[in-house]
Order: sequence, then structure tokens, then C-alpha cells
Amino acid sequence: MVGARPLPRGRSLRRTVAQVVGSRWSLLGLLALIALFIVVMASLQGVSGTRMLGLVVRGVLLGGVLALGALGVTLVFGVLKMANFAHGDYMTLGAYLGLVVMTLLPRGAPILGLGFGYEFVVALLVVMPLVGLIAYGLDRLTFRRLRQRRSAPVMMAMAALGLAFGVRSIVYMVFGADFAFYYQGRARPVVELFAGVRVRTDQLFILGAAVLLIVLVYLLLERSKTGKAMRAMADNPDLARISGIPTERVVFWTWMVGGALAGAGGMLYGLDVQLRPEMGWWLLLPLFAAVILGTIGNVYGALLGAFTMGIVWQVSSAFVNPAYGPAAAFVVMILALLVRPQGLMGGGR
Amino acid sequence: MDPTVLPRTVLLAVPLYLLLVVVLRGRSALVKHAVAVVAALAVALGLTVLLPAGTLSYVVTFLLMGSVYAVLTLGLNVQWGYTGLFNIGIAAFFAIGAFTSALFTLRMPTGSLAAFTQQAFGLGAPFWVGLLAAGVVAGALALLVGGPTLRLRGDYLAIATIGIAELVRLVFQNERWLANGPQPLRGLPQPLSCLSGAGCDWLPGFVNAFFAPLAPRDYPYVYVAIVALVLFLVFVGLERAIRSPWGRVLRAVREDEDAAAMSGKNVAAFRMQAFVVGAVIMGMGGSLYAHYVVAIDYGHFDPLYGTFLIWVMLMLGGSGNNRGAVLGALLVWAIWTGASFAVDALRPTLAAISPDLPQRGPYVRFLLISLLMLFIVLYRPRGVLPEEKVVSLTRD
Repeated sequence: MVGARPLPRGRSLRRTVAQVVGSRWSLLGLLALIALFIVVMASLQGVSGTRMLGLVVRGVLLGGVLALGALGVTLVFGVLKMANFAHGDYMTLGAYLGLVVMTLLPRGAPILGLGFGYEFVVALLVVMPLVGLIAYGLDRLTFRRLRQRRSAPVMMAMAALGLAFGVRSIVYMVFGADFAFYYQGRARPVVELFAGVRVRTDQLFILGAAVLLIVLVYLLLERSKTGKAMRAMADNPDLARISGIPTERVVFWTWMVGGALAGAGGMLYGLDVQLRPEMGWWLLLPLFAAVILGTIGNVYGALLGAFTMGIVWQVSSAFVNPAYGPAAAFVVMILALLVRPQGLMGGGR
Repeated sequence: MDPTVLPRTVLLAVPLYLLLVVVLRGRSALVKHAVAVVAALAVALGLTVLLPAGTLSYVVTFLLMGSVYAVLTLGLNVQWGYTGLFNIGIAAFFAIGAFTSALFTLRMPTGSLAAFTQQAFGLGAPFWVGLLAAGVVAGALALLVGGPTLRLRGDYLAIATIGIAELVRLVFQNERWLANGPQPLRGLPQPLSCLSGAGCDWLPGFVNAFFAPLAPRDYPYVYVAIVALVLFLVFVGLERAIRSPWGRVLRAVREDEDAAAMSGKNVAAFRMQAFVVGAVIMGMGGSLYAHYVVAIDYGHFDPLYGTFLIWVMLMLGGSGNNRGAVLGALLVWAIWTGASFAVDALRPTLAAISPDLPQRGPYVRFLLISLLMLFIVLYRPRGVLPEEKVVSLTRD
């Protein structure tokens, strides 16, 4: 299994201890400890329960966006066996392409008590396949050549790094380094969820859209033939090829799905906060933290990891500078790696 | 004749001499060094006399920054080139080296300055202490990061190093008490700046008299000699280490971890050693950088300048080849600085495309360097000077 290391040999007691320490339950225990630590720290700082609850809710909302990115990362890793460091920048690309589409459309009135009009939804539907196609096109230009040459995975990661910086530099050139907003100076309605926790209706839309997309991906993977082929490729690429699975078509769909989710994630994140050329790079760390926590290559693990990291990111701001949110996700990842390198859903022990 | 010619010649001869010592082969050591000294002085004199002062000082600052980046690239070469460790958080070690050196060499601000500058401590130590401390602290950070991640697959180290680079940057951005938060830490002392100033009181009078014509703006001539010396020592030390049995094990770990382990080598320990050695060198590179630019803040160590550029340098020059690493650093630095001239020249064209484009010129070279990286990975993965087969020295 990916990331797994052989059990330490030696006396059986040591082995038993290692098994217990590295078990799934102890990783869950670690997460529980972290949650406890956060609650204790927050109560020491006199953070109110309502505020904590609000942060958890915000964390879940952020987790939805992270999940869209993390699904793409883990799918690409599963099928193509490469860490795509350009994924965050694909999210940025999606966010800015959405901005372009929206400026082309006439502005509509806000729909259904939300803070945006129909044009955002249209842009979302246009951007998703577009980013998917771009991701596939870039794969044709770069990663495919490396795959055909049977290059080491690390060379692909390096090419991904080159793509990440290349995509970002284009965003910089076209849009400049400043913030951008989908809507400036428009009212963003707020509703009270429960017990004094207030969220913007837009954020509910973001979570709803994220959950809908996740369900669609689930159906694709579990029900469709393409999804089955993707899972087969992830499990055993050689066997998949021998069984007559059209590898190139699976690669195409992997990038389409991964890219579309990245594009959607970027747009939804941009709707919640703002657009910046570095937004995707900053998301990359929590994305990979989520994927690694939930076992790299595992779709359900990525979902679990994404919501965990979203909550950690938000809740940690109760007692440390909010700027450290992504770093908090990183620290949790390092702790998880120490306990169980193969992640929550990994095999063994 | 311009009175600064002779002192500038002597200072410029130092990097040229060190370069020749590395490049020249054969002959007896005495002849080699004699030839190198004479040739270096002759070339330096020729450059100083023939080139206009402005052009030459541009060349000097180019060499200076190129050499600072060469030190960083050599550090990466130990990690990636020889051991195959995928560190994409060079900026972490670069930054921590720079800030450590700054805190060690600066004094605590007093009086009205204290209102503007906060720092955790200020020892007022000499430059070389800062340089060594930078290496030590960067090495300690590498131990900390390497522990949980080096035993795992390469991708995990990559993510962990990205994370540590972001974390270090966030800390230096947000912690005012540590190194003046988002504001730059200013006024780093420049080693031997007395040579191009009032004269150093610990040097004999005739030396001071010789360098007396230099003005403070000639300081890069002094610093380029210092940077070249550090680069030379790092280069020679690494060449020795790589040709030693230790270096052979590193390459064995890179090529086939299992085979190395089967031969009784502690793979994890060797990886850690290479990671720490590389980080120490990067930290020293950070120190060299900091004392040149004098004022540093977190923004200097973003993933583009702090990590990606150095990767392109190593990949272009040739990973697993120290000469390649140095050459790559100079080449990419030439492309990087040259591209800014090209973008300036293209200003009218860019303005014709869009009025916003000229001021976004810097990003054009950003794109150029990314394309260069992709080109290298796809078509020239071994670089300009590919790795050579080396036979380990058994004795000296």
C-alpha cells in the first residue's frame, strides 16, 4: 500500500505496540485529542460556545470546497500515480475563468435570497468542463509524454510544479496581482442557522453545490462503466490494461472530473472570499493534508480528510492568528503521518 | 588613471582565481595556482580598464547574486541531485538562514528605533558567526522536518517541505516580536564594508591605504569576493564528500534503496544526513543573501524566488553535478535578469496589447521560467552538464 512501511521486526511486544500505535483507532484517537486540545485552548481564551459552533459550521463549509479539490487530487493520484501540485492553480484558473464568463453575461437580479444572480450558476456550468478540458490538454502536452517515457513519478510532480507556476503567471498577467470579486458592493443575505449561529445564504449554496457534486462523483464512480474502469486503474493499472480497459479514455475522464471539480471548487471558494492569483497555491497545502490524512488515492478518505481539515483550519482561529489556518491543517497532517503514515483508509493493521 | 582600478582589480581577481582553480586541470598544484593567480589578475585588470564602470558593476552584482543562488543550488544538489530527496520548500531553509543571520549580527534597536523595529534578540556578532548560525539553525529545522517524513515516499516529503516553507513564511510575516513581523528587518551589517569605507582598524595601514580609493558604492566588489570564497569552500567540500564513500552511499540510496539497505547501509540515516547537509548549505546561502540585500522581510522568500527558481537552476545545470549546479545558477540568473531587460524593451508592444500589461511585465519572465522548467523536464531532464560517473577516492 502507498506510504506503508514494513512492520518493525524484533520482539513481539515491540511489534504489538507498533501495531496498536499505528492502528486506525489510534489515528482517530489522535484526531479526538486534537479536538479536545482545541476545545480546552478555546475555553482558556474565553471563546464563547456560540463562536466555537459558528467556527465549526464555517469549517464544514470550507470542508466542502476543500473536498472538491481533494477529490481531484486523490483521483489523479489513484489513476495516474502522480502528485499533481498544479491542482490548486487549476482551482485558481477556474475561479478566474468564472469571472470572465460572468463579465460576458448581463447581470441578473439575486435569486432565491442568495447574493448572486443566474450568471454565477451559468458560469459554473461553463467553467467546469472548460477546466476539465484544459487539465486534459495540459496532460497531453506534459504528463502523457512522461508517462510514455516511463519517467519517475517525481519527474511528473516536477512538471506539475512547472505547470502550477505557469498557470499562475498567466493569471497574474491577465488579471494582475490584486484581489478580484465576483460581486462588489452587493448585499450578502445572512440567515440564522441555529443557536445564534449565522451564515450567509451563499455559504449554504456553496455547501449544497459541493455536496451535490460529491454525490454525482460517487454515482459516477460506483455506477458508471467509466467509474468502474477508473477504480480498476487505481487498484492495479497493469491488470486494468490487460483486461482491455481503454487507459487513455480513463485518463481523459480522470482529468475531466478532477479538473471540473477543481474549477467548481475555485469558483465556490471565490464566491465565499475573494479571488487572488495565489488562492490555489494556498489551498494546495490543506488539500494534500486532507488527501494524506484520508489515505492518498482513496476517494472516501479524501472526503473525510477534507472536512477534518476545513474544521481544523477554521476552529484553530479561535486561539491562534487566523493567518495560520492552513498551517494548522499542515501540523495535523504531520502528526497524523507520525502515527499512521498510510492514513485513515489505508490497508494493513 | 582612475585610482579605484587597482583595488577593484584585486577584489575582482578573487572570484576569477577561485573559478580558475576549479576549472584548470592537470599540472602540478604550484603551477596551477600560479597560472590561476596571473590569469585572474590579468582578466580582472582587463575588465576593470576596458569596461565602463557602470557595466562592470552590473556584471559584479550579477556574479554576486548568481553566486548566492549557486550556493543554494549546491544545497539542493546534495538533497535532490545525489540523494533523490524531493524538497520543494527550499524557501524555508533559505528564509530561516537569512533571518537567523540577521538576528545574530544585528544589535537590539535602541531609542527611537525600538519603536519601529522589534526583534527577539540581537547579538551584534560578526558576519561569520551569523553565517555559521544560519547553517546550524537551518540544519536543525531539517532534522525536525525530516524525522516524520524522510522514511516515507517522496511525495510526502514534497508536501511536508511545501508546508514548512509556508509555515516559516507565515511566522516571519505575522510574528512581530520575532523579526519585525511584516515590516522589513533593516540595516544588516555588511562584512568588510570598512574596506570600501573608512578603512578597517584591524588591518595593517598599507592594506587600508591600497583600498582607500574605494567608495561605499564599490562594496559589491568586496562582497563578491566573500561570496565567491564561501561558494568555493562549499563546492570543494561537496566534491570531496561526493567522491568519498559517503557520497557513494547517497547515490546508492537514490538509485536503489533496497539494494543499499541489503548492503547493510542505514538508508534512513543517510537520507537524513543528506537532507541536513543540504539544508545547512541553503541556510548559509540565506545568510549570504541577507547581508547583501541589507533589508529582508518575508516577501523575499516566496515559493517563486525562494524555491522554484533554484529548482530550475539545478535542473537546467544538471542534477547530480556540482559544476552543473553552479553553471545552472548563473545561466538561469542570466535568463532571469536578462528577461527583465527584454520585457522593458517590449513595453510598447505589451502596451499595444493591453494598457495593463507593461506594469505586469515581471510576470512575463515568471511564465518564461515556468516554460523553461517544463522544457527541461520534458526534453532535457539531465541538464546541460549531466551527472558524470565518478569513482570514489579511496585515499588522498
